[in-house]
Amino acid sequence: MKTRPKSGAGTLAAQRPGSMLKGSWFKDIRSHWVLYLMFAPIAVYFIIFAYIPMAGIVMAFQSYTVKGGIFGSPWVGLDNFSYFFQSGKAWLVTRNTIIYNLAFLTCYTVFSILAAVVISEIRQKWFKKLSQTLMFLPYFISWVTVSAFVYNFLNYEYGIVNRIFGSFQLEAIDIYSTTWYWYLILPFLYVWKWVGYGSVLYLAAIVGIDQEIYEAATIDGATKFQKITKITLPLLKPTMIILLLLGLGRIMRGEFDMFYQLIGNNGLLMDATDIIDTLAFRSLMGTADFGMASSVGFYQSVLTLIIILGANWMVRRYDKDQALF
Amino acid sequence: MITIDSNSVNPKLNSAPLFTAIAYTVVGLIALICVLPFIVLVSGAFSSESAILQEGYWFWPRDFSLEAFSYIFRYPADLLNGYKVSIIVTVVGTVLSLFISMMAAYVLSRKDLKHRNALSFFLFFTTLFNGGLAPYYIWISRNLDLTNTYAVLILAPMFNVMYILILRSFIRGSVPEPLLESAKIDGAGDFRIFLKIVLPLTKPALASIGVFTALAYWNDWWTAMMFTNKDHLIPLQYLLYKMLSSINLSAAMSQHVSNLDMPKETFKLAMTVIATGPIVLIFPFVQKYFVSGITIGAVKG
Repeated sequence: MKTRPKSGAGTLAAQRPGSMLKGSWFKDIRSHWVLYLMFAPIAVYFIIFAYIPMAGIVMAFQSYTVKGGIFGSPWVGLDNFSYFFQSGKAWLVTRNTIIYNLAFLTCYTVFSILAAVVISEIRQKWFKKLSQTLMFLPYFISWVTVSAFVYNFLNYEYGIVNRIFGSFQLEAIDIYSTTWYWYLILPFLYVWKWVGYGSVLYLAAIVGIDQEIYEAATIDGATKFQKITKITLPLLKPTMIILLLLGLGRIMRGEFDMFYQLIGNNGLLMDATDIIDTLAFRSLMGTADFGMASSVGFYQSVLTLIIILGANWMVRRYDKDQALF
Repeated sequence: MITIDSNSVNPKLNSAPLFTAIAYTVVGLIALICVLPFIVLVSGAFSSESAILQEGYWFWPRDFSLEAFSYIFRYPADLLNGYKVSIIVTVVGTVLSLFISMMAAYVLSRKDLKHRNALSFFLFFTTLFNGGLAPYYIWISRNLDLTNTYAVLILAPMFNVMYILILRSFIRGSVPEPLLESAKIDGAGDFRIFLKIVLPLTKPALASIGVFTALAYWNDWWTAMMFTNKDHLIPLQYLLYKMLSSINLSAAMSQHVSNLDMPKETFKLAMTVIATGPIVLIFPFVQKYFVSGITIGAVKG
């Protein structure tokens, strides 16, 4: 074994010869032990807080007992899954999760691009700055606070919406017990919270567009509207496609914070708003049904992995540099 | 750092007055919708309870009153404790998370480290796959026995793999390799190089990732809900949640006074104002770091 090689100019990225796969880790660690030591804290963290719980996915095939723990409880094969699928919940929560996530993703993309395009047309600096600040504000508050907002507006007795309806002699609406409103309210709130963030993302892409293209279009007599539809939007397409595909990769992961804070355990809305994440949470913390909770978790994790791999494969085909891995 | 200033975009704007008017209207409208709930919240908090009960919430205070605030500050112990927990967790958590993330990012950025890609994937894989909520909960609460500790509030939300990968790209882009090499020739060790060269050169990225991390800690109520049940460990957001769900509202306050004279509706609003206020006040000053953070992430390699 040689001692640590002194790396002079240009050799920093050079490969040391002769290190075959076997023992190559050992050599690497030996020659860069300080770097490996610097990586150690995060490695230890992820082993303890991610990889060991990840192995705990085997719980889905066990009947959990406190005594046996995660890795020592008796095996029950697919019992947990047959219960999960036969309860009728599997289809319901899968459908809800996908529908809401598709609605969120579509509305978020449309409104972020719309906001970015119109912001880019604003020339008054103070107006642009102020409006961007206000749009970004909802991003900073927790869903706990948002639930207070929703209550202010939609509460049956004191909410602003019903007060306004009342002043027009319209009948008050009971939003907390009517399911279909939530198919509109939830996407609206999602956009409300994220439009500031999304507009910054797309605005960065708009700023990156070559100005000469617009100047050439002006000379050719293009109208403002034509410039947007023929130049800006087509040039935003690559960014949009990548963000959409990455968003689709997460389609089976629900917005737990949002659903839990806004709807909670409201039984009247359950069928319309129960998503995979809330079902897993309720089974675990509410009814302590470990079989249900762990099989739901397994179902979600495995499907998510498959879908992300698929989405990444498509991103890679579209633009290799943008792929996650 | 990329700043969003698209003033240079479309210099010939004045040629389309109608279009300009539409653009201002749409932007103004979106901004108004975004800020309206905040206005309603503050208005309600400064209204009297009887005005709310009779006339409902509105866009400006009706029958101005500080009743709810004075009620909260009569027994501020829970609130002050919530602030204490949130501040401790946010400050300690952000500092630790940033330092450890940055070290990892630096290691991953070193091109002479042969297995850097394997190490990156070791981190990245955790974003693709997990064991689900049940084993995570049982492992942390029963096996690690972290329930009711500051440690769990700090550790559970500590790292975001995307931030580490963004920092790695940023180091590659902003720390020139010849600088590292000359430092090596001068005999500096890897850790010293990290402290003296890499950290100072990556301050903009540290600021951006730092504000995102701090915000995540400040707004985290989930960890407290899952892993604590002791009053002295309840951070602000979870306290707010407990007080907003009205069942707990009465339970939380009944130890002090009878429920009858309590301004229930305005109390919720005032509580939300107090819990959310700091973020909204600090936000304009740190907004630029968030914006640059988003753009750093967006142009990742």
